Order: sequence, then structure tokens, then C-alpha cells
Amino acid sequence: MTATDERGTPVGYGRMTRKEDPRFIRGRGLYIDDVQLPGMLHGAILHSPYAHARILSIDTAAAEAHPKVRAVITGQTLAGLKLAWMPTLSNDVQAVLATDKVRFHGQEVAFVVAEDRYSARDALELIEVEYEPLPAVVDARRALDSDAPVIRDDLEGRTDNHIFDWETGDRARTDEVFAAADVVVQQDILYPRVHPAPLETCGAVADFDAVTGKLTMWSTTQAPHAHRTLYALVAGLPEHKIRVISPDIGGGFGNKVGIYPGYVCAIVGSIVTGKPVKWTEDRSENLMTTSFARDYHMHGEIAATRDGRMLGIRVKVIADHGAFNGTAQPTKYPAGFFGVFSGSYDLQAAHCDVTGVYTNKAPGGVAYACSFRITEAVYLVERLVDILALQLEMDPAELRMKNLLRPEQFPYASPTGWVYDSGNYPKALRLAMDMAGYEDLRKEQAARRERGELMGIGISFFTEAVGAGPRKHMDILGLGMADGAELWVHPTGKAVLRISVQTQGQGHETTFAQIVAEELGIPPGDIEVVHGDTDQTPFGLGTYGSRSTPVSGAATAVVARKVRDRARIVASAMLEVAPGDLEWEKGRWFVKGDPDQGKTIQEIAFAAHSSLELPDGVEGHLDATCVYNPPNLTYPFGAYIAVVDVDPGTGKVKVRQFVAVDDCGVRINPMIVEGQVHGGLADGVGMALMQVIAFDEVGNCLGGSFMDYLLPTAMECPSWQLGETVTPSPHHPIGAKGVGESATVGSPAAVVNAVVDALRPYGVRHADMPLTPANVWRTMQGRPFRTDLAIT
Amino acid sequence: MQITMTVNGQEYTRDVEPRVLLVHFLRDHLGLTGTHWGCDTSNCGACVVSMDGAPLKSCTVLAAMAHGREVRTVEGLERDGKLDPVQEGFVACHGLQCGFCTPGMMLTARWLLDRNPDPSETEIREAISGQICRCTGYENIVRSVRWAAEHPAAAGSEVPATEEVTA
Repeated sequence: MTATDERGTPVGYGRMTRKEDPRFIRGRGLYIDDVQLPGMLHGAILHSPYAHARILSIDTAAAEAHPKVRAVITGQTLAGLKLAWMPTLSNDVQAVLATDKVRFHGQEVAFVVAEDRYSARDALELIEVEYEPLPAVVDARRALDSDAPVIRDDLEGRTDNHIFDWETGDRARTDEVFAAADVVVQQDILYPRVHPAPLETCGAVADFDAVTGKLTMWSTTQAPHAHRTLYALVAGLPEHKIRVISPDIGGGFGNKVGIYPGYVCAIVGSIVTGKPVKWTEDRSENLMTTSFARDYHMHGEIAATRDGRMLGIRVKVIADHGAFNGTAQPTKYPAGFFGVFSGSYDLQAAHCDVTGVYTNKAPGGVAYACSFRITEAVYLVERLVDILALQLEMDPAELRMKNLLRPEQFPYASPTGWVYDSGNYPKALRLAMDMAGYEDLRKEQAARRERGELMGIGISFFTEAVGAGPRKHMDILGLGMADGAELWVHPTGKAVLRISVQTQGQGHETTFAQIVAEELGIPPGDIEVVHGDTDQTPFGLGTYGSRSTPVSGAATAVVARKVRDRARIVASAMLEVAPGDLEWEKGRWFVKGDPDQGKTIQEIAFAAHSSLELPDGVEGHLDATCVYNPPNLTYPFGAYIAVVDVDPGTGKVKVRQFVAVDDCGVRINPMIVEGQVHGGLADGVGMALMQVIAFDEVGNCLGGSFMDYLLPTAMECPSWQLGETVTPSPHHPIGAKGVGESATVGSPAAVVNAVVDALRPYGVRHADMPLTPANVWRTMQGRPFRTDLAIT
Repeated sequence: MQITMTVNGQEYTRDVEPRVLLVHFLRDHLGLTGTHWGCDTSNCGACVVSMDGAPLKSCTVLAAMAHGREVRTVEGLERDGKLDPVQEGFVACHGLQCGFCTPGMMLTARWLLDRNPDPSETEIREAISGQICRCTGYENIVRSVRWAAEHPAAAGSEVPATEEVTA
């Protein structure tokens, strides 16, 4: 049990309220739009009304004549500065402001800087752009047709919309397994385009000081250091003259990983006007232009024996990457970590092909709490398992239990080359079934079916792969995915921890203090966690892909242990004994066999800064630095069960119960872990039932506001029932695994499986998300529609 | 045009353009940035404030429409150095993560508890159903409001930075 201080706060792991909260509950957070600098101007972006069109002319004269306008910037302005195009996170380029063509509905065309936000928007109305509309590529499945318009004619020699082909697994072996199998089921499965839609949109305040040459860039970024390096590369500014500050962030979920044209425009605006320039998106800009997620058009097959032994899985994917390949993922993984699509099962073989294509849609790619496309992978395999269960007339829980990896198989090398670190899968599934009352639910379902009522029970079992990642395998634009940490213990025993990851609500200021507390016995309240400012923190790749705890949490534990080792030497000098004669208990070093002879970490901290003579070669003070290069990813997992009722008259789905058992290894602050899971489960319900960014036949975005892009409210969410098992990661310094995205990854399949289960009397075996009342009703009539395109 | 309104007990008179939204008036003209803006369509509720005692999406009204009215924002929840029980409940029950929806949620919760001191879970969910939270899945917001209902006269003159909670 964790020791507590006099107020009952754990000195280490355990439930404690958050250090962040006192400012937020008073309205004293500092979000990007709260940043107010002297003389600050306001920027606004003009967007394309067309999905694909040639720009014939842009007339900015009237806008420039507006009395409150200070600058109007177009692609031509930027071209003169060699800033019209910027590199993306996937080694493609993206137009900052369009020069030749617009390539998606909402693309950035011009940037106005004015004295206030209303005037900036007024001036947008005064810009005249003449377009010549072109045919658009809207359906990813038609992007490679020979008559498809070529979107990226800016790229030399480009004659089609093909981006990449990527495969993983053993094709020949997989084909053999399929050829010999008793049963093969297959299904086309769409994971439609969605958007993370954090409640705070993206924004920036750029402040370039022409005298010092220093750029201070306040922005909504989940990865401040990576942004700093990219600005240096994009704008040619020296990196030591760039300071990126990521203040309080109103949710990220992947949306705030990339660099957006608005950020670059704000920088240019500040350079041009000599004043700080603020740019904040409106909601339509956020939904229509910044990182979308998913848009995977999948075809999956599972091979099995007649008695339900799963043998192999085979997948083909068309991946819609939009008009510019801006996907954020480690360089060697163009399909992210989709390669874990063999899921949680003991299979003989697996293979997949992924083809990435350009379409006339917003760029971006991996985003939205998906752990680099594990969301798509888990959804695919968990849908296929249910379809197999239907085919074999087996209970889906029984089929899963029969095929889940067994505890003794860990560490487990998957057929596509991933090494799962630890797990006890059957235990988690059994716990979820017990919590849900699975057998009773099946009885209730049978009784209701007799009465013509549509009740469904859906199971999803997921394995995540998070904490990117080992430097030799994983980098983003050449930047290895290791993270630094720095810990100073002041003379009075209070500490400052500086980290490279950036909270967007995950509570790093609390949990990271708890990690130090656990290692050193300094109360969390005495530890300040500094983050989100590149001038104050060591380099690292930031927070996304559930990597904060696996990477930066490890760095924090290691740096605290280094401090503990230094403290031992200081204590040995204080107590005049050899370091080897000292023993540690939380918060103090004492003499072995003589527990009364000891020094607390606070006493040691003062002595380390004092005139105390230390052994030769031992520096004074009490601090340390560390760069943590993870040896492997961590593999959290979980078993989810959703129970739904479907109204046969309207097709409306009600999620009445949701059980989520998560195993993320050691839990630093269970309260925060549970909160992360709650949020992800709501995401899953939203994606399964409501959320989609669809397009019409000419490429108009149909999800450009919260009137059209529907997010779950408290009414759509049940009261979540959470359970846990704890299987520590064997390679992580504190045995922890990431958890921030687990529920988003695992929950959509549970909801969809439940709805399809409910619709069994109608002979339904699959329906694509989102399962809106219209979609469900049409599916019941045997006339499902493409959810990613306009309903016709 | 000139408008006068009372915000958190203090009267303000300002010249504004007629088209200025209340949310921008509060944030940009009065510097009360605790009220947030999250969408253009009055769907998200990040901008909820209290006007004459009722929750209101402050992006839905012009500042001029608040002329002569009493507005209360998150900055006015704390009174005489004492937190509102709703504020304490949100801390105790981890009712916030990124904190962006929190001010609006708390103002709606205060309104609900003023009318209905012992709301059921369903009543709480209905009360906040016009507001979106992307982090919490609403579970702990509901618990936070219940906590406030159960601690109507919570004494705390401050929320300590750290406190063990069994949620």
C-alpha cells in the first residue's frame, strides 16, 4: 500500500485529485485564444469553396483597402518567400496557401491580418478569387481508375493518384493456410472518415521579434519540440531562435499533432507586420481542414477450422489520405501500426496489402486516439471474428475464448513481426463477461427476440501497441522517438521535473509528479512538472499514440532513480559510511541494520547543495537528466461488452450497458486512468453511431459543423462499468503501459457487434459505421448505403 | 453602441459594435477568458454562462442583448474566497480533464442544483445534454454534480492541490 502524507495524499501511486484542477475550475486556464500580447493582430483564412479547381486569379485590392487590414497574404506572397509549400509528416508536401489549384473543399487560399478578429473576417469577404472547377476524386475506391483526374500534378511526373503500396506478413504462407481451411469468411468493412474534434479548435499566436530574431510561437501543439524543429526546417529560422509554447490545450486526440497552414501563416503575418499575430480556427475550419482520421476501405478474410480454431487472416486496404499525404506516423510505417491486425489471437499466418491514394479531401491521416491506426486494425479483426462466429453458429465469446493468446505465450511474436510484451487475455474476457452477466444477457436476449424486440450484445477484445518507440525502428521525419526528462531537487527538498510530453487533459502535472514521488518519497505537491515550453524542457516527440507514460513516464522514473543514486552518495558522506552500507526506503537512505541512522531525501537535498565534502568525482547538487529510448512498445489490452436495444420502427440504437475491462499494467493514478477510459468509450459510441465526415459527389464536405458532425452527449452515453486486471509490462521501468487510447480503439467494434447482433433476425451480418437510425433502418430493409458518400 | 451589464456582481459600461457576441464581449472586452468558445452553431456549450439566473450559450446572443442583465461566469462561481460546491465536486470526482467544457458545465450544474437540489442521474444528464465534453464520457461530470448535491454547504475555502479521493 502506498504511504500517504498527513492529508491523505499518496506519496507515489494511487488516487489523488489533480494538481491542474484548481486553475481550471476557476476559469484560470490559459488556452490559445486566451493569449493576449501587446499590439496583437488577428488573422483569418479564406478557404476554397471547391474540392478541385484551378485558381485563375486572386484579387486582394479591396481587402487591402479595408481600414483595419494590415496585410493580405496569398500563395504568391508565400512563393516569393519559398513558403508556399511545407513538408508534411509523411515526406510529402502540402500547400500552405494554394498557388496553382485547390485540391479539397476548404483548402487555405489567402490569409488576412487585421486589427481585430471581426475585421479580419470582414476582409475575407472582399477577396475575389476566380476558379475553374475541375472534376473531383471523391470515392477512394475509384481514385486509381485510369480516367480519374490527377490531383497532385504539382509533383513532377505524377500521372495518377497512387501514394504507396505497403504489405506485411507472409503472403505465401497465408494463402496456404486459407487454401487448406475448412471455413473462410470475408467482408468489406469501411472505417469511415471521422474527426477528433477537440472542444478547443487549433490556433496559434506567432510573435517574431525582428531585433533579436527570435520567434515565440504559442500554439495548440501536442508535440512542441517536433514543431520547433519543423519550423526551423520549413522557415529556415535557426532552431535556437524558435521557442514553441503549448499552453493549456483544450483536448487534442491527435488533432494537434501536425503543423497546419494557419500556423505558418501566423508566423509569416508576424514577420510581415512586425506584430504578434493570433489565428484561431472556427469550428468549420477545424472539421473541414485539419487532421481527419481513419478512412480505411478494408476487405478482410478469416480462415478457420469447422470447430472454430482460427488459422489466418488476410486483408486488403484502400487508404484514403486526402489531397496531401499528411499522415503522422513513424517513417517506416506508412500504414501506421495497422500491422497488428492479427489482433489478440493465436494465428498461424497473416498478410495484408495497403494501398494509399490521394483524393480531393482534407489531408491529415492518423489522428483521433487511434494509436497509429490500431483502431482500424482492431475494428477489422473484431468484426471478422463476429462474422465467423455467425457463420459457425458459435457464441462470439466462446469463439474468442478459444482463440485468444494464452498467458504462457508471452512475450508473443505475432505473424506480422510484433512482440507483445505481456498479457492474460482469457482472464480479462472472463472478468468482463462476469461483470456484464453475459450468460443472463443471452437468456434475456432470447426472451426478447421471442417478443420481437431487438436487443444485441457485442464483444470486442483488443490489443494495443503503444509507446512509440524504439529509435532504431521509429522516427518521425528523421527524429527518433525517444524522450528526455530532467529533474532538479532544490536545496529545500522541493523538486522540478521537466518533460518533453504535453498534456491536453491527461493530467501529466499530477501523474508525473506521482512517478517522482514513488521513486523518491517527495510528496507530489512538492514537485512541479514543467512541460509545453521548448525553452524550458528537454527534447522529445510529444504526446500522441498513448506514448506519454510508456516513454516519458519511463524517462521520469529513470531520472528519479539517477537522483536517488546520487542521493545515496551524498547520504554516505553525511553518515560517514560506504554507499554500499545504505539501504533505501521510500524517502530516505538509512544504514543497513541500523534504521535510526538515516537521512531523508530532503536532508540529503540540502546537504548536496552545502559545503559537505563529497567523494572525488561526485558532483554536488541533486539533479539528473535522461533520454529514454524504449526497448519495445507496450501492449495494453482489454475486453469490452456493449449491450444495445434497437427500435425496430426507427432504427434508433440505445446503448444501455457498457462493460470495459482494461489492463494497462501498473496504474499510476487509477482515477485518471478511469477518466481516460470513460472518454474513449464515449468516443467509441460516437464513432459507431453518429460521427462521420461524408462528402457529396463533387467533394463538398458534409460534416463541416456540429450540426452535421454529431458528437455524443450525456444522453447517448450509458454509465460506464469499468473493470481492471494488472499485467505489468516486463520492460517498462515501472511496469506501466499506455492507456489514453485503449477505449477509443476497443469500443467501436463492441457497439457495432452489438447492433449487428441485435439485427440478426433480419439476416444482417455487417453494417458500416456510423449506425445512424437511417443507416440501421435501411440495413434492416436489406438496402444499406455508403456512409462515407452523400445519401442518394 | 453603449451597453451596460452586470457581470459577476460588477457593473460594466462599454462601447461595442452592435454585432459583437456576448462570448466575445466577455472574453475580449472584459478579459474574462474563463468562458470558452467551441463552435459556431450553439451546439457545444463551451460558452455557457448564466444570464439572470438561467444558463445561456453566450455565442447565441449579442452583447447588446445582455444590456441591463446580470451575467455570471465561471469567474463568479467562487464567492468571498469560497469555492462553489460544484467546483469542489468537479475536483473531487475528476469531472474535468482538459478543462475546456468545464466552466459551462459547472454553470449549468449550479442552475440545476438551484432548482433541484437532489437531481437524479437522468436529470443531471438531461441538464447537460446541450453541452459537449470530449474527454470524460460524462460519467464523472454526473458524479461531480451529484457530489455537489450531497455537499451543498461544502466548507472548503480552497481546493487543496492534492487530496485523496475515493471516487
